[in-house]
Amino acid sequence: MPKVIVEVMPKEVLLDPAGKATARALQRFGDGEITDVRIGKRFEITIEGEITPKLLDHIAEVAKDVLSNDVIEDVLSIRVAD
Amino acid sequence: MTELIPDTVENATATPAKDQPYDLLGLKPDEYQQIRDILGRRPTSGELAMYSVMWSEHCSYKSSKVHLRQFGEKVTEAMTKNLMVGMGENAGVVDIGEGWAVTFKIESHNHPSYIEPFQGAATGIGGIVRDIISMGARPVAVMDALRFGAIDHPDTSRVVNGVVGGISFYGNCLGLPNIGGETWFDPVYQANPLVNALAVGALRHEDLHLANAKGVGNLVVLFGARTGGDGIGGASILASDTFAEGGPTKRPAVQVGDPFAEKVLIECCLELFAGDCVEGIQDLGAAGISCATSELASNGDGGMFITLDNVLLRDPTLTAEEILMSESQERMMAIVRPEMIDAFLAVTTKWDVEASVLGEVTDTGRLIIEWKGQTIVDVDPRTVAIDGPVYDRPMEYPTWLDALQADSPAKFARATDGDELKKQFLTVLGSPNEADTDWITNQYDYYVMGNTALHTPDGAGMIRIDEVSGLGVALATDANGRYCQLDPYIGAQLALVESYRNVASSGATPLAVSDCLNFGSPENPEVMWQFARAVEGLADGCLELGIPVTGGNVSFYNQTGDVPIHPTPVVAVMGSIDNVARRLPSGWQDDGENLYLLGVTADELGGSAWAGSVHDHLGGIPPRVDFTAEKDLAGLLGAAAHEGIVTCAVDLGTGGFIRAVADGVLRFGVGARVWIDEIVSRDGVDATAALFSETQARALVSVAREDDVKFRGLCDGRHVPVLRVGVTDKRSGELEVQGLFSIEIDQMRSVHRGTLPAHFGPVVGG
Repeated sequence: MPKVIVEVMPKEVLLDPAGKATARALQRFGDGEITDVRIGKRFEITIEGEITPKLLDHIAEVAKDVLSNDVIEDVLSIRVAD
Repeated sequence: MTELIPDTVENATATPAKDQPYDLLGLKPDEYQQIRDILGRRPTSGELAMYSVMWSEHCSYKSSKVHLRQFGEKVTEAMTKNLMVGMGENAGVVDIGEGWAVTFKIESHNHPSYIEPFQGAATGIGGIVRDIISMGARPVAVMDALRFGAIDHPDTSRVVNGVVGGISFYGNCLGLPNIGGETWFDPVYQANPLVNALAVGALRHEDLHLANAKGVGNLVVLFGARTGGDGIGGASILASDTFAEGGPTKRPAVQVGDPFAEKVLIECCLELFAGDCVEGIQDLGAAGISCATSELASNGDGGMFITLDNVLLRDPTLTAEEILMSESQERMMAIVRPEMIDAFLAVTTKWDVEASVLGEVTDTGRLIIEWKGQTIVDVDPRTVAIDGPVYDRPMEYPTWLDALQADSPAKFARATDGDELKKQFLTVLGSPNEADTDWITNQYDYYVMGNTALHTPDGAGMIRIDEVSGLGVALATDANGRYCQLDPYIGAQLALVESYRNVASSGATPLAVSDCLNFGSPENPEVMWQFARAVEGLADGCLELGIPVTGGNVSFYNQTGDVPIHPTPVVAVMGSIDNVARRLPSGWQDDGENLYLLGVTADELGGSAWAGSVHDHLGGIPPRVDFTAEKDLAGLLGAAAHEGIVTCAVDLGTGGFIRAVADGVLRFGVGARVWIDEIVSRDGVDATAALFSETQARALVSVAREDDVKFRGLCDGRHVPVLRVGVTDKRSGELEVQGLFSIEIDQMRSVHRGTLPAHFGPVVGG
């Protein structure tokens, strides 16, 4: 069955405490060239039947209203999985 | 990336006619003109940013200042003798004896918590904890006073889950126990919840520090988290604007908190203080660097020179104005003697906290900020931080108030038979504002650190400060917006005496007050009248009780559309107890103890829980306040706790006598048999008033039989009216109100506990 992939990231201007902690951990392990890490979310949504433009519109709405918190997160991309 | 050219002082002088977006920053035309007059030119965009955030209602108290003065004026020498630091500093400091001092403060984070409940509430905890750290104290506990919309409104669950999750997340990660607070639901808070967070910290007398920039040549150091684009103009723009119904929701970037960074900051600051590495530390909250630099300079030698390029940035594209206004969390500013800077940096390095020297203290009387080699700010810091606009806003007696007060609940028929009264009792017990809040408090860690002596559902929270002597402090918060709507003067005093009684009922001696005054728009003359009356009532009440206001905060513009919230002056009272082992819990544990009602009962049901939940009614006048009776009662409870002759004390508040009995039963699941005949005959009230009246200055205590005579003697000696109203009963498993009704404890518990989970779902997985 086809899948739609939605990617959500914390807004760029806002602090991402988990990403910051990860970056510092990597630097402690000796990865000097890594300067920053940001952690987001990836949703794989399985669909029954055909993916129509209308369905994608619906998923865009769900992504904005439910899958992300648009005060502190951005929906980065919505695409059909290969 | 285009290089942004900063608006320099030179440029501002050369281009006096440039259009500036002062209105979008919340400044009025006359305020903008005032800035131009002060500077003798137009402000640079950096200066405009600073003035606009610092002159916002949130930071400047411009509408409340003229009224708040009373807290400093209506005091006696006796009231301030234990006060080491009073109003005006980051938090008040009170001497509690044995060389210990306690600092505590309550502050609002209302508007951010509606926009983003989780982060808004979380950063509310973070902010108030930093106030405590900046005084040199170790934070030891937090509390929260919450107001939400109607419990059954579809949006309330979102706000409740977010706010409670945010508080528990931040507080639990910091490792601070959450020991109390209160929660109310009312449609007036629907689009404007109140999130008032309290923090308390302990310090030795010699560790007290004040935040000011003294000593010419001393270095100004910014340390903690890096500066990013969080909540730019958040506090000011948010707090100066109301949420219009409909239309696009106003959602600027809010701040995201990092409690683990704050935990490290606490330890780092305490080590800096202990090593004498700093002259003073100021926390960065609303208005960020603008606030910290202008306040430190104003409170010190009057001048400061800052190189803004030295601020460590999370986002290198930030403009100078954004850096000045950023409200990135977990940041502090320190004043450090040059010879101590190496020691200072050694400590911050040890804690893995980034620090950078921004500039130095001067005596020029000017706050000068340079960016990219040019002067972008050149102001007298006092004009930014202290001598902002002050408004004595017009006030008007509310047109609707007389009608509301005339609409007394006396019009409702009174029940006489037991079944009807039982039904009303259960309605009150399960109503949203009387229901058990354990759905909320169970999400908080209240035992961490191992010093918690009392916590919710006890009427006050209590923390042990000295692990050897047992010296401790008790705290309670209260505000009954329904009472305040009926009469803000009396309502504010009722909030005060309720908190005072809560603290006294724990066995502690009330010492000091912090308040968080939540009101509608100050530009509405009726709201301004409510505010003035509430402040006057609170100041008069504190004078009567002999306990000073040590600080707090004002939150205006709490309204949706044109409808202001009920006036909600949250009053926190702090008291001390020689040994927390002598504390009084809010419930009895043993069989066959006598229950005594202290104080007399009048028919006072205006604004009561009974009127609200049984009749859906708000009207009439609230209960009277009797300060002498409150002081006598508090004195009696303190003495009885000290001598160990009462085993528990429950203060009577909303829901009246029967609610207090229910609390006493439910606390440890021990039943009781009570009777109201003597209340009815002695005080001349009917059964409804005996059960539900909210007359003040009353408490219910349990006394072991062998201490009966001693207890009666104590009451006589202190002139506190007393009646034996029941006995505890460990075997029956029920509460019996003689001649009226009986009810099983299990049924009471399910009614009392079921309300919140029914609306907000199970805690795990929310």
